[in-house]
Amino acid sequence: MAWFSKRQTMKAQPASDKPTGPVPAKKGEGLWTRCASCNAVVYTQEWEGNWNVCPGCGHHDALPAIRRLEMTLDPDSFEELDTELIPEDPLGFVDNKKYKDRLKSTYKATGMRDAFISGVGTITGQPVSIGTFAFEFMGGSMGSVVGEKVARVIDRAYERRIPCIVFSSTGGARMQEGIFSLMQMAKTSAALNRFRQVRKPYVSVMLHPTTGGVAASFAWLGDVILAEPKALIGFAGPRVIEQTIREKLPAGFQRSEFLLERGMIDAIVPRLQMRERLAQVISLLG
Amino acid sequence: MATRVPYTTEFEKPLATLESKIEELKQLSGGAGVDFSDEIVKLERKAKKLQVEIFRDLSRWQVVQLARHPQRPYTLDYIQALFTDWMELEGDRRFSADHAIVAGLARFEGEPVVIVGEQKGRGTKENMLRNFGMPRPEGYRKARRLYDMADRFRRPLITFIDTPGAYPGIGAEERGQAEAIAVNLEVMSSLGVPSISIVIGEGGSGGALALGVTNKIMMLEYSTYSVISPESCSSILYRDASKAQKSAENLKLTARDLAGFGIVDEVVKESPGGAHRDPHLTAENLGGAIRRQLADLRQLTPEQLVRQRYQKFRAMGVFTTEE
Ligand SMILES: [Zn+2]
Repeated sequence: MAWFSKRQTMKAQPASDKPTGPVPAKKGEGLWTRCASCNAVVYTQEWEGNWNVCPGCGHHDALPAIRRLEMTLDPDSFEELDTELIPEDPLGFVDNKKYKDRLKSTYKATGMRDAFISGVGTITGQPVSIGTFAFEFMGGSMGSVVGEKVARVIDRAYERRIPCIVFSSTGGARMQEGIFSLMQMAKTSAALNRFRQVRKPYVSVMLHPTTGGVAASFAWLGDVILAEPKALIGFAGPRVIEQTIREKLPAGFQRSEFLLERGMIDAIVPRLQMRERLAQVISLLG
Repeated sequence: MATRVPYTTEFEKPLATLESKIEELKQLSGGAGVDFSDEIVKLERKAKKLQVEIFRDLSRWQVVQLARHPQRPYTLDYIQALFTDWMELEGDRRFSADHAIVAGLARFEGEPVVIVGEQKGRGTKENMLRNFGMPRPEGYRKARRLYDMADRFRRPLITFIDTPGAYPGIGAEERGQAEAIAVNLEVMSSLGVPSISIVIGEGGSGGALALGVTNKIMMLEYSTYSVISPESCSSILYRDASKAQKSAENLKLTARDLAGFGIVDEVVKESPGGAHRDPHLTAENLGGAIRRQLADLRQLTPEQLVRQRYQKFRAMGVFTTEE
């Protein structure tokens, strides 16, 4: 039985005339890309044009941080900030390589100073303070620079009285910065608590993977928490849990769908709809 | 509290050998008209010197072993020694009671306070009950309930940190381990009452920090506080947990390290040879430290307490700025 003759759609208003954001830049090395999930071979240009989502099976492949911002924000609206922050090696950490050298070589390989890009921009004309992890930089681990950038994203949202969005994709705290990494959890959570006063939304988007100290701090403190499909999300990594309980984990454990079912996140949003959804949330709460 | 120490770490062994020799001589002195008192005095002096030598130059890995020493005083031991009127409050009102965290009300030198602490167990049975001091989400949610209570009733909050880490299990994940910890970090940062955390043994990562966002952070002399355990660190870096010793050095996780970094406000002296050698003396030192820190914090208004805490944690981190 229908209550309404015409069904009310729960779908978002189109965020703009270009529903999935600006047309992506055509880049990439190989001509073809093989989907890790369904093995389909896709023309790389098409793959990237579809924001690294497999056109065949919908598998969400990793997306470089800067492309994430491109697809989320209005064209040319992003202003990167906090680029002056450079990581240090407060512990003098040495494993197979000196941490200092690891930072240098990762900088050379990625062009990034650390695992986070932050700044301001607009979504359908609405200003936002925004940041995203770069998993491609040391597994998106959080040390002092990442924590400081997250806190600044939150602080700017507080000062300008605008919504705040953080995309997480990380294995958690960066062990090479020891206790300083751990304390970034407290720092960002305290910054968020101050931000709550201005009554603007903080949207946390969990990407694959979001675990450890990031999951256990600001990522799980979103007013609204969205996740991409099939992202691995949790406190402990699956390997650690399996070692502890000496059992194999069930299929789908700690995936977005699992967490949604257990009431731990608000919604799963496919990548191509993320911009629309974010626009919707900040217009409804902002 | 335990006074005799049947368990000894490898580096404590020369000392233990000497001590049992002294003990033996003391017993012999009792009868048969033999007097070993000169010998005993000599050996006691030697033992004292040996202890000073061993403990002057402890490696970080040795400190880790002391922090995990099975005879080390635990949260409930300090509660018994330093507080009166203790009343434990249980349960998260959501799912279950978690005994890896104890929480309740008590008085510190007459003044009502709220206490939350991680609790390890002694022996297999108690360790099962306490889950080896590894809380599940219910424990953190109970803690959160008490944090709110401290705020509402304007009672200072004192927390004891002693955990290898939050429990990594299926149920814990299903019920939101990460969320439970995250919420505690934020709630603790917002409290309008004086808060003090004391790392009394192991400060294991996020599971420790969920009790640690306080106005003052103290550590016992031979406790550790780290983003990851030395074992996990080396199994990630070298795929080999046995290189934990090396990781402990890398992680710079001792009280002295953290004081050097400016993370910790006060390092509390333990009894010579570690807290397990003389729990009463250690508790006395700790009591003095709590008294001092509380007196300082009592000068601040609720707003000032929130601001002090925010600024303290906001400033944590080491980086340079270019240009
Ligand atoms: Zn596919």
